[in-house]
Amino acid sequence: MSDSTASNVESIAQMDQLPHKTGSLQPRAESPLYHADLATLSAHSADAGGVEIKEVKLLGHLVLRGSIEDAEFLSGVKEVLGLDLPGPLQSSLQGEFIAYWVSPNEWLVLVPGQQAFQLERDMRSAMSGNFAIVNVSGGQTVICLSGANAVDVLKKSTPYDVHNKNFPVGKVVTSVFAKTQALIFRSGPESWELIVRRSFSDYVWLWLQDACIEYGLVIKD
Amino acid sequence: MFHIYCPHCEDHREEEEFHASGEAHIPRPLDPQSCSDEEWGEYLYFRKNPRGLHHELWVHAVGCRKFFNITRDTVTYEIKEVYKVGEKPSVTSSEKNQ
Repeated sequence: MSDSTASNVESIAQMDQLPHKTGSLQPRAESPLYHADLATLSAHSADAGGVEIKEVKLLGHLVLRGSIEDAEFLSGVKEVLGLDLPGPLQSSLQGEFIAYWVSPNEWLVLVPGQQAFQLERDMRSAMSGNFAIVNVSGGQTVICLSGANAVDVLKKSTPYDVHNKNFPVGKVVTSVFAKTQALIFRSGPESWELIVRRSFSDYVWLWLQDACIEYGLVIKD
Repeated sequence: MFHIYCPHCEDHREEEEFHASGEAHIPRPLDPQSCSDEEWGEYLYFRKNPRGLHHELWVHAVGCRKFFNITRDTVTYEIKEVYKVGEKPSVTSSEKNQ
């Protein structure tokens, strides 16, 4: 049993999605909204408006799966990331790391992009048994929405109740967003984060641009 | 606006986040190889279509992506109870068609 477990661990493909320069070869990482060229758009953007949008590019996204009844899984996460995995619809922040509850046995952890590969390795060596860690950094991106009218944009985009009473700072839900889906996190009284799939990021971006026009859109790079 | 309670998210969510997955509590035959065609056909294709209480499997498709059970009245569409997979329903009907 232990032999097969060990060989399984070795056969798990881990990839550093943001590799460092090797020789003359410098791989270029492109965020899902790379082609939208936010740098140019932000240069021509208004200075003030009701909503500010910014893509938080190339973060490390790690999906953790395991049981909350598995003490070794919980202690492994605590040891490497220094945080306790949050309960339903909650988030947990520790320094540069943030963990979002996704489902009863699944969490999404955002870490600085360059650290994702090493953190995944560290967690794998700190845990054993039934757990899964998947580096989905290339598969999704974070879009920050902030400003006085950010909440109005959300009201147009999701059926979920975003009122203060129902959606306090720190809460996280996965819900319908503009006919697709997004993980919606309230990071502050007037700031929200959307985590969207790479293949839907272009659509969400176009939707947001359109939905924000009436409040005055400020694009930041 | 039609909200369904997800027992995993412990939250009421809009109906469009969910998918109905048909009748609940259908056990897979323990030994499919020894089933007769009729037994396998019953398991695979035949479902109740009651007027009144119905135990259904639902999935929170846009959300936690977990399955759970709903006891629903097919006449009034009223949801009587929501419970996790593996739990027994507390609202049951003694009618013949159940």
